[in-house]
Amino acid sequence: MDAFLHQVLSGIATGGIYAAVALALVMIYQSTHHVNFAQGEMATFSTYIAFALLTFAGLPYWLAFFLTIAISLVVGVVVERILIRPMATAPELSAVGVFIGLLLIFNSVTGWIFEYTIKPFPSPFGDKASPFGTFMSAHEFGSTIVTLAVLLAVYLLFRHTKIGLALRAAAYNPTSSRLVGVRVGWMLALGWGLASAIGAVAGMMIAPVVFLDPNMMSGILLYAFAGALLGGITSPLGAVLGGFAVGVIENLGGAYVVGTELKLTMALVIIVGVLTIKPSGLMGRAVTSRV
Amino acid sequence: MPDAGTRPLLDTKGLKAGYGQSHVLQGIDVTVGPKGVVTLLGANGAGKTTFLRAICGMISTEGEITTDGKRIDGMATEDIVRLGIAHVPEGRGTFMELTVEENLRLGAYVRKDKAGVAEDMARVLNYFPRLGERINQQAGTLSGGEQQMLAISRALLLRPKLLLLDEPSFGLAPLIVREIFDIMRRINTEQGVGILVVEQNAQLALAIADTAYLLETGRIVMSGPAADIRKDEAIRKSYLGY
Repeated sequence: MDAFLHQVLSGIATGGIYAAVALALVMIYQSTHHVNFAQGEMATFSTYIAFALLTFAGLPYWLAFFLTIAISLVVGVVVERILIRPMATAPELSAVGVFIGLLLIFNSVTGWIFEYTIKPFPSPFGDKASPFGTFMSAHEFGSTIVTLAVLLAVYLLFRHTKIGLALRAAAYNPTSSRLVGVRVGWMLALGWGLASAIGAVAGMMIAPVVFLDPNMMSGILLYAFAGALLGGITSPLGAVLGGFAVGVIENLGGAYVVGTELKLTMALVIIVGVLTIKPSGLMGRAVTSRV
Repeated sequence: MPDAGTRPLLDTKGLKAGYGQSHVLQGIDVTVGPKGVVTLLGANGAGKTTFLRAICGMISTEGEITTDGKRIDGMATEDIVRLGIAHVPEGRGTFMELTVEENLRLGAYVRKDKAGVAEDMARVLNYFPRLGERINQQAGTLSGGEQQMLAISRALLLRPKLLLLDEPSFGLAPLIVREIFDIMRRINTEQGVGILVVEQNAQLALAIADTAYLLETGRIVMSGPAADIRKDEAIRKSYLGY
């Protein structure tokens, strides 16, 4: 029973990472109707920025943490303005091509600057015991709190601020948004910035567990994608819950069903399963409209 | 130079616009005076919607468009809105996924005066009590008439100087159309908002307008006081079909 509880709690901890990345995917999906395949590599790049700030600049952890978030936000905005904007009216395949290109660019640039050797990445929570004792490590507990805080902050931003309303409006209905004065282009760019910033947090929280290397996020992106699909790629809340669910399923499945070797396969099974049985996901809603 | 406030809310000179290579509008001169109600009448495909889109910078144009003496042709839609021109677009432009209240709040997006926005919010809910009853409902679930009321209310929350309306009667039951046109008249007389309404339903539009223009395949073929055009049987029969 203890082992089971441990698996569930640590599944929730990694699930928080998946939830954050899934939310980033959904945010981009809502404005572009494409899955940003490069979301994981962008997060990896951000994590390397944090690594550089910590190791080379010697900044204290939390300063480096928030600075990384700010830099990632700018990177996301710049990527949208330079690479994604011209694709707005391009055919599907061109857009997909750009996303894959973006993935390769970020992956190679990361490896080129920081080398491909695996590096340790510090956890701000050390190895003190967590309130859950042996069921959850201090880092797992701490990273769960951080991801939950990020998710809450994003929720409050979107639901209770004017800019959040404008962000949603711009993604849903760009034409009407312009007619009420929303600067749609900047809102879409800001959406990319936020997604990139959320990814940065996920990267910094998972790096102490999986270690830092340019391909660190590739598996995580798959789990996050599975989570987003499971919850519904049109539903931010669904994607977040889906991310947590996938974290727990992955851990339990790995421990009791398929073994650790085949864990990643479960992500693919979930992806194929959801697309076959319920393509809109558990919480994805078809928008009702009358004419 | 006339004083501010006496210059036209909208003045177009030789306005040409279209999609791609072809010009739908072939040189349009239309003027909306301060507090004026102008209607642009014409059949399907005459270029009415294109004209409103051209004013709002939604398509590229040639010729001159001014509001209150200021050139706006070539400006971005977002900036034109900030000059006080609100557009109720064809198809109503509802934010289907958002609530009625969020739709209304978006209408006031560019405004900073919170008290004024609250005042206008109360005013439009007084015009259209039905929206108040559905304030937390997803806007996509509203009926066509309610969405039209929402679109007009959203535009009014800008506290515009000029309101552009694209076929507000389209697809609505006669009773609701009457309600909406009554409110339009009140908006004009009570708040002094200038109105440019594009309509297929000439009879309705002529009843509230002071000036009318007749648009036929991209050209103005006739213009004058709405009352005169309404009385002119020849025009009515040949152009307006009633």
